Amino acid sequence: MAIFGPRANLFMNVALAGAGGSAIVLLLAIWVVPVMGYNTQQRFAPQQPIPFSHKHHVSGLGIDCRYCHTTVETSANAGMPSTAICMTCHSQIWTNAAMLAPDRKSLAENKPIHWTRVYGLPDYVFFDHSIHIAKGVGCTECHGPIGDMALTWKAQTLYMSWCLSCHRDPAPHLRPLDQVFNAHWHRTPSTPSGQTLMAEYHIHTRDLSDCGTCHR
Amino acid sequence: MAMSVSTGLPPDAPVIAPDLTMTSLSEQVSARVLSERAPLWWHIGFAVGFMLLTLLIVQMAWLFINGIGVWGVNIPVAWGLAISEYVWWIALASGGTIVSALFFLTRSPWRSATNRIAESMLLSAAPCAGLMPIMHLGRPGLFYWLFPYSTVMGVWPQVRSPLWWDFICLICYILMSVMYYYTGILPDLATVRDLAKSRSKQILYGILALGWRGSVRQWQNQRVVYAIMSAIMAPMVISVHSVVGLDFAGGLTPGWHDTQFPPYFFFGAVISGTALIMMLTIMVRWGYGLRDVLTEYHLNAMAKVMLVGSLLLAYAYVWEAFGPFYGSDVAEKTEFLRRMFGFTASAFWSEKILTVVIPQLLWLPSVRRNQPLLFLISTGIILGMWQERFVFVTSSLEHNYMPSYWGHFFPTFWDWAALAGTIGLFLTMFFLFLRFVPIVSLAEVREIVEEKRSK
Repeated sequence: MAIFGPRANLFMNVALAGAGGSAIVLLLAIWVVPVMGYNTQQRFAPQQPIPFSHKHHVSGLGIDCRYCHTTVETSANAGMPSTAICMTCHSQIWTNAAMLAPDRKSLAENKPIHWTRVYGLPDYVFFDHSIHIAKGVGCTECHGPIGDMALTWKAQTLYMSWCLSCHRDPAPHLRPLDQVFNAHWHRTPSTPSGQTLMAEYHIHTRDLSDCGTCHR
Repeated sequence: MAMSVSTGLPPDAPVIAPDLTMTSLSEQVSARVLSERAPLWWHIGFAVGFMLLTLLIVQMAWLFINGIGVWGVNIPVAWGLAISEYVWWIALASGGTIVSALFFLTRSPWRSATNRIAESMLLSAAPCAGLMPIMHLGRPGLFYWLFPYSTVMGVWPQVRSPLWWDFICLICYILMSVMYYYTGILPDLATVRDLAKSRSKQILYGILALGWRGSVRQWQNQRVVYAIMSAIMAPMVISVHSVVGLDFAGGLTPGWHDTQFPPYFFFGAVISGTALIMMLTIMVRWGYGLRDVLTEYHLNAMAKVMLVGSLLLAYAYVWEAFGPFYGSDVAEKTEFLRRMFGFTASAFWSEKILTVVIPQLLWLPSVRRNQPLLFLISTGIILGMWQERFVFVTSSLEHNYMPSYWGHFFPTFWDWAALAGTIGLFLTMFFLFLRFVPIVSLAEVREIVEEKRSK
């Protein structure tokens, strides 16, 4: 008695094709899933307690980055503004605006506002804002067109390959020190070349991609 | 015949029992697979293996929850039992390929009946070897970083490191071994399918046999593929184990930093792998009553391979001792003297006795025919090789260049649990092979039956 009918060949071929197809799908998934926006949260603006607009404050009013992010030049952390900083203006203007209610509540209760972090790094990465500012890396290199963001969204994947792309070749990402906080700066023919700036800032790429530079 | 210069057996000693026919061969071997109930010794062996496998799972859970601090490894001895046993297991696995691929190329007749045991042993031992370095990782879940893919990190594995070659070698070796095993077993699965009485077994083995009908064209393709794979596997196994040797030779540690280790490790694989096949062959021969197929001829031949292995190993030991005293490095000399007469002295000397001195008994034909003695000698060789790997790995780290950096390694309960657990994994897998696939290559033994009949 035959064990298998003529249709068994079809099942076998389907099974083989399925196995081959699964392997291809798996491989694709390994490459594609990590770069999906869903995974990286790139171009995603998380919900904030107050819908703060950088576009209005930076481009509209011309407030300098450092007015709110006070420690960006001196510390690893750029520093989130205290409620008191918001209140330097908002104790005088828009004092009854509904969207600023959390701000007034924070002042009254003496409790800081819980902003939602947009740029989260793992604990084993030691990023330092001050050194990047000191070496002429502008805010918009990592934070994208922050001056034009009505709501703050994540401009980069923050993948290690992205960090390394600059650490291996910093020249194209450098600008004159007086332009670091300019949210609309772009390179002009009169801008010193990246190589010139690297020499001026004493940036040596030899150690810049060592493990210990970021993973202490 | 390559083995006809035997001194112990008459030149025409039979490879198989004289009254064995093709039909009785197929029925004898397939009956072990198709019988409804496995014999008592199988149940005992499988139960022991499975209990130890459970211990392995508990050990791994404890290890992964708490980190490798549960083992005795620390600075200065950061490579302990797990790495020693990785080398030990991969050597045992390599023995399977040596017997099955190398002796296929030499057309040694004793290989035909033992190759399936050798390959089943290889497939059972290779996962044990592969598990050891993964358990040894601080973050085992990230072992896949060894794969040369780079989507988000922008960094690649260090291709100049023998540790990475090791990973690639092991992956290729295991994949090749599985394909080699399957190519060889295909006609036998068809035999089991044809002899199966129950519908479920007919379907199971029918699917596994992939439509093998035994046509001339199928046989021709199978033999060609098998021969090509043998020709790839034989040098491959040498390179796999050489790269394991390079893991150490590439390290700037006294006692490791020596060019002889690639062949040294391979010699260890020849003797310990053959010793394990010897033990398993004796077990299968008695347990399954296959005395007609697995004859004294096979044991005699494997005993000679073991003897050659012990001589090769003796040669490597001499060079290992010669190196430190030929060179001018004080640390090398100090380390070697401590290895011989210090903390590890007992293991150092017992390993030499078990792997080189005692196997010299195999010069005597009467010993090569004494199965209990062969079993004991083989056990001793495997124990000795374990001690050899252990002393080699830990002693060097115990006595590094700076005396202020010296320390000792003491295995903990969980170190031993990892060893016992992988033995459990090996036994479980091997006993499953014993139960569900023909443990002797029917297709190849039939060739011998046919040759004998047509003479």
